[in-house]
Amino acid sequence: MAGPHSTGSGAAGRRPPVWHDESNGPVVRPYALTGGRTDHQLAEQFDLVALIVTDEQAAAGLAADGDAAEQVPAGSGASQWAPEPEHEMILALCHTPLSVVEIASELELPLGVVRVLLGDLLDRSLIQVRRPAPVAQFPSERVLKEVIDGIRAL
Amino acid sequence: MESVRSDAGPPPGDSALTVKILVAGGFGVGKTTLVSAVSEIRPLRTEEALTEKSIGIDDTTAVQDKTTTTVAMDFGRITLPNGLVLFVFGTPGQDRFWFMWDELAKGALGAVVLVDTRRLADCFASVDYFERRGVPFIIGVNRFEGAARHSPEQVRDALDLPSYVPVIDCDVRDRESAKQVLITLVEHIMRSMSSRRDPGALTH
Repeated sequence: MAGPHSTGSGAAGRRPPVWHDESNGPVVRPYALTGGRTDHQLAEQFDLVALIVTDEQAAAGLAADGDAAEQVPAGSGASQWAPEPEHEMILALCHTPLSVVEIASELELPLGVVRVLLGDLLDRSLIQVRRPAPVAQFPSERVLKEVIDGIRAL
Repeated sequence: MESVRSDAGPPPGDSALTVKILVAGGFGVGKTTLVSAVSEIRPLRTEEALTEKSIGIDDTTAVQDKTTTTVAMDFGRITLPNGLVLFVFGTPGQDRFWFMWDELAKGALGAVVLVDTRRLADCFASVDYFERRGVPFIIGVNRFEGAARHSPEQVRDALDLPSYVPVIDCDVRDRESAKQVLITLVEHIMRSMSSRRDPGALTH
């Protein structure tokens, strides 16, 4: 029974949402956008400074599907994913690679929400993720010297 | 049809050429000022909302205003000529946001702990945290009007820091001074890396 408000993958089999007292309302409000999901199985992928790039081909396909769905509105397409405007905003932003934290800042959404949205997009291969290299093996002395030169030149 | 894709992006590859540096210290010590002084962009702000994941470790009973349920971080970006992108994050000041610190510290190159000598104790938590996590850090003693001057050595003694941790004076409003803080940190990171490869090179 999928529909525009389906919570998509990952909703089933999770523990029921915990409700805190009423005055804690704002705790969950931003998550209305994600159908209440506060976590995504792919969230680990999205380091603060991981770079996200829109997969142009897949995104073009999504746009075409969207047009088709508009022409044939009712009933059909029950299995079709209905992206939120925020999903589309991310795809538009990431034509050039952008870090997770910059996406969150740009959309003015909490990081947790953005990670769920990114998970949705990655599930459908609409984005690619470039994770930062593990710090232990990354910064060679040469690279660090370049960092110092670069800061000096600012 | 013209491509709108910019070719200014980093070179393709499995890993992103992005690194993080953290700026920590007590409330009002100049973290955001330091970030602004070096960033190529107007500092951005991002927020994380407290979810059930973080509520477990967050003592909200101590918080008067329950609507304060987000934690804000300011950050700036420096793109280096070699394509490397350096992110400078100001860490949230309050203890109740430790969950955010773990996220920030993961994979961080190193940290600057800013100190106001009038409120020295404000930096203890940051120093403890980076020592425990093994994140290389330096101390930046920010100059404040009306604050009695303390020499870096006095600050080092007061914080009981080993001799290999750099302690420098700075004025984070001044871009050159802020740059020097970051350069001192990266030089320190280089030294701690070579001592990790050759532990004998460092005397504790």
